[in-house]
Amino acid sequence: MAPSTSSAITLTVNGEKHTLPVDHRTTLLDALRDRLDLTGTKKGCDQGQCGACTVLIDGRRAVSCLQLAVAAEGREITTIEGVAQDGQLHPVQQAFLDLDGYQCGYCTPGQICSAIAVIQEHAAGWPSAATADVRPAAGVPALTADEIRERMSGNLCRCGAYVSIVRAVARAAEPAQAPPGTADASVGPAGSGVAA
Amino acid sequence: MREFGYRRAVDVPGAVALLGADPEARYLGGGTNLVDLMKTGVERPGLLVDVRELPLDRVETTADGGLRIGSTVTNSDLAADPEVRRRYPALAQAVLAGASGQLRNMATVGGNLLQRTRCGYFADPARPCNKRVPGSGCPAITGEHRNHAILGASEHCVAVHPSDMGVALAAFDAVVSYEAADGPGELAFKDFYLPVGESPHRETALPPGALITAVTLPPAPVAATSRYRKVRERASYAFAIGSIAAALDVRDEAVREVRLAFGAVASRPWRARTAERVLTGGPATAEAFAAAADAELAAAEPLPDNGYKVTLMRNLVVALLIELTEEASR
Amino acid sequence: MTTTTGTLTTAGSVGSAHVRVEGRAKVTGAARYAADLPFAELAHGWMVLSTVARGRVRSVESAPVLAMPGVLTVLHHGNAPRVDGDYVGTLGRPDPIVACFQDDHIPCAGWPVALVVAQTPEQAREAAEALAVRYDEESHDVAFYAGRPGTYTPENSPMLQAETLKGDLEAELAASAVVVDAEYTTPQEHHHTLEPHAATARWEDGRLEVVDSNQGSMWVADELAKLFSLDPASVRVRSEHVGGGFGSKGVRPHQVCAVMAATVLHRPVRVVLTRRQMFTAVGYRSPTAQRVRLGADADGRLRVLDHQAQNLTSRVYEFVEQSASIGRVMYDADAHHTVHRVVPLDVATPTWMRAPGEAPGSFALESALDELAEKCGVDPIVLRSRNEPVSGPVSGLPFSSRNVLACFREGARRFGWADRDPRPGLRREGRWLLGTGTAAATYPSGAAPSTAAVTAEADGTFTVRIAAADIGTGARTALTLIAADALEVRPDRVRVRIADSDFGPAMIAGGSMGTRSWGWAVMTAVDELQGQLALGGDIPPEGITVRSDTSAAVAALAAKERHSFGAQFAEVAVDTSSGEVRVRRMLGIFAAGRIVNPLTARSQFVGGMTWGISMALHEEAVRDQASGSHVSADLAGYHFAANADVPLVEADWVDDPDADDPVGIKGIGEIGIVGAAAAIANAVWHATGVRHRHLPIRPDRVLLSGSRDIASG
Repeated sequence: MAPSTSSAITLTVNGEKHTLPVDHRTTLLDALRDRLDLTGTKKGCDQGQCGACTVLIDGRRAVSCLQLAVAAEGREITTIEGVAQDGQLHPVQQAFLDLDGYQCGYCTPGQICSAIAVIQEHAAGWPSAATADVRPAAGVPALTADEIRERMSGNLCRCGAYVSIVRAVARAAEPAQAPPGTADASVGPAGSGVAA
Repeated sequence: MREFGYRRAVDVPGAVALLGADPEARYLGGGTNLVDLMKTGVERPGLLVDVRELPLDRVETTADGGLRIGSTVTNSDLAADPEVRRRYPALAQAVLAGASGQLRNMATVGGNLLQRTRCGYFADPARPCNKRVPGSGCPAITGEHRNHAILGASEHCVAVHPSDMGVALAAFDAVVSYEAADGPGELAFKDFYLPVGESPHRETALPPGALITAVTLPPAPVAATSRYRKVRERASYAFAIGSIAAALDVRDEAVREVRLAFGAVASRPWRARTAERVLTGGPATAEAFAAAADAELAAAEPLPDNGYKVTLMRNLVVALLIELTEEASR
Repeated sequence: MTTTTGTLTTAGSVGSAHVRVEGRAKVTGAARYAADLPFAELAHGWMVLSTVARGRVRSVESAPVLAMPGVLTVLHHGNAPRVDGDYVGTLGRPDPIVACFQDDHIPCAGWPVALVVAQTPEQAREAAEALAVRYDEESHDVAFYAGRPGTYTPENSPMLQAETLKGDLEAELAASAVVVDAEYTTPQEHHHTLEPHAATARWEDGRLEVVDSNQGSMWVADELAKLFSLDPASVRVRSEHVGGGFGSKGVRPHQVCAVMAATVLHRPVRVVLTRRQMFTAVGYRSPTAQRVRLGADADGRLRVLDHQAQNLTSRVYEFVEQSASIGRVMYDADAHHTVHRVVPLDVATPTWMRAPGEAPGSFALESALDELAEKCGVDPIVLRSRNEPVSGPVSGLPFSSRNVLACFREGARRFGWADRDPRPGLRREGRWLLGTGTAAATYPSGAAPSTAAVTAEADGTFTVRIAAADIGTGARTALTLIAADALEVRPDRVRVRIADSDFGPAMIAGGSMGTRSWGWAVMTAVDELQGQLALGGDIPPEGITVRSDTSAAVAALAAKERHSFGAQFAEVAVDTSSGEVRVRRMLGIFAAGRIVNPLTARSQFVGGMTWGISMALHEEAVRDQASGSHVSADLAGYHFAANADVPLVEADWVDDPDADDPVGIKGIGEIGIVGAAAAIANAVWHATGVRHRHLPIRPDRVLLSGSRDIASG
């Protein structure tokens, strides 16, 4: 007997449970967008090659385009719509807004979800490909501009907003103080044109 | 993408039984490669057996002092593991050099070993490809092959294996454990991938229906002084055009032990045993490193547009071994 | 109540930093893009593109697919609604690819041959994959190289000056003390907006409504009306949020397919392109082959500027990448020649892509200038100052303003150019060779007729309606600030509604002309509104609305050379043993008119410069000669810069208001990319002593060319 090609599943999204029948082919991305009307999560490439569809699954960032919805049952999913609390922007959202960490805005929800995870991953002591020495004895690397750039590289931005994105992540990670390598890249006094 | 059934396995024998002998069934791990291939029509499974919740998600020290890595350990957890970072730093670096943070959170060790080539002809069902459709031909040999194999290829396929992790596993003599319908088994890493030959579509020596359960790293003190270096066409989030895992033990300016493996040069992670033989017992000098690289690369058969990889790998061998020599002398 | 403007003493909003008015919606995921709006009874279309590069469709085997679950229809040349592809639109004739399914002819790989529509996207995808299309294949030719057979010089037209010539090239070359004669190539590049092209079409009360992602809703509405022979008033196109455009988002096959299917099925239909389909369905930047000949006196003064640029186009449409235009603005010479040549091949039609012409053209010309500076032993900035024209080198017209040298002065000061040792290959840091480079930038500044409506609302607020598009430029915010200043109110009292074709004709978001053109229309409407409000009296409940049309004012602009200018600086690190190139820092100083919103303008400039990094080091679509189609047609195969590729990139500007514009705007969307790749390539030469005249500067190219050992000669 051919196996069933659809299932009734319960997805837990932003703390809310949704029960829905899904075609097994449906990705978490499409389920969020087309079935739950949570369209903040964007489809850029649908192949895990751009990061626009990044959400948090059990607190970890993941590309929802390669995650089958049926296989996401039982896991806690957080989308961009669930990031702000009680109308208060998440510090990462606020930093992206204030520092213009975007242009067209299409990659932005994925960038923000990714950045939230980057800050947590760094706090957990995870090294990255930018970390000079990954051995535990070397200690946890500071979240420098280079570390942020590498850790955020799974989120492509075609408008070219990376410079502001790095500043925004740095600000959200350490509101009081920008990390080394970003201070001189500050936005500067707005409107500082100089005389010809 | 055709319609398919979905089953979630809860234990290893159950997973193997669910897959059974169905040639259209596939194990689903993180899905980062399989689901993509299903979207492009390269893979068209009729049944997915989800193995992600199997209790194979631990990294454990073995009795002899090695590491046993469960096959559903994610790339992220592997790279973050303190024992991996302390004892096999090149493995952690290799994993961190691959894909993106999001994909590393999803991808599993077992799936990484089984990921398919990124050859553009393989990925496009409208084009011939001996790996995808046996006997249909290999357009890469006369077409676009800038990032194709220089070692161990055949007239039937010149694709390269895309894994970074696998390069480090090759260097450290990993052993792959699996469960098949007739019970458990294991394969040394050198035997895990099959030669390309006339059957590029047959990639591993795993028995049909087998599920990878673990990858074991034997103890290797030399691995504590190891590095992974990857060259690619952008600084991050890209597949290698050449990569190298190296470990070196130098005493009194002589090479006591060395491990070398190359990525993005062959259909599998390429253990550079010829170079290792040439180096072992000899001087730890730039000249000796270059001679060893040349010995390994003497077997290279570059195509018209990928000869640069010979130069690249030679340079990487020398550069990385010099770095490790300097590190050892500190 | 009575509303007057100017009752608040407001600091000027224009010129000070403001976060985007839609910013909160964008960071919370609330902003709805084209594929985000829900529709009842929505059906999903999936396009099927040709797998052969030339030939005819023999058959489309629909029957088995129509029997698949959820499939509603299969449209193809045998049954699709007829359209008129022979119209002339705002920018001329359309690329014939938009006249989908009108015949069996296939001029390139990736040509639309069918649309499968189903109840769900999963069903549509599978049915599209299963659809068997049979072809009568013909041999194709997609090989592009300099001077290849079939290359010709196109006719002049209002949008194209194919060739200009003054003086005697050969005589001046013979008289030159120093000559540079070099060939440069740039590869095929793609816009790859992060948001794929998407459109939903439906018929509602006798009107065609399209929710789209485009660079001009009125433009798209007008073209759809012409294609489908509809009364323009019966077509409404909206495009509130757009995930990037860069020249690729006009009328494209997806909207046409959505309209066809909605018409046939009498229900809303959405068509979204896949990333792979975006390689052939939405245009791209043609590869170029360019020859630049410069002849100069020993001090670097130009006697000869000869720039010959070649691009490819399809066999169904002539598109010319006007790479040689930049020399008509930048430098004068006693003998001055610029020409565009084009060769039709069995490929999809290229189109405008960010800084069309100037982006590839500046790579060639500004690299050649650097080669000339080296040969003359003159500093590259000094060389440019010695060749600064007093009027348009070809037109003879005066410049509206030309502050390129001011940009170089300011940039050189901030970049630390004065300390630069001009000799290449001298600076090493570990495995990296370091170098710096510079290049000039320019892009035309223009305005086009637009209309706007401004309403004084009864509650004391103001509403602006204009069919502008904000494709990430910050136009919505800029127009808010412009309107607020004109109305002498705070920006929070102004609501700007855009991207609805019902708002009337307006310039598209393109050519760095959008915000200037729209701002002018807004200023004009506000002017008149203030006149009416000054008369006093109550504001009725529906408000008081005034409409503007800038057609006459724009047409009355005096003929001048009107351009933005800039100076680009880059520092790179090159590892010649691995071939890796890393940009370490970039600085761009621009003279680009009055800057309306420094926060978003800086993002625009930096974004353009980031494109320059991608252009210099990464971007290249690879075509398989045997099949005529792309290889690795995805974002893992087509690289543009990831975050780790982009270092500290700074942009700033010098005062340069345009005296002929009511706000002083020139336009800033394109100029950031112009010259950026040349500055990087020039820096790679400074690092290694090797000229890279072919983009992108890939690791294999660096590896094979190595470095010139300067010390040992």
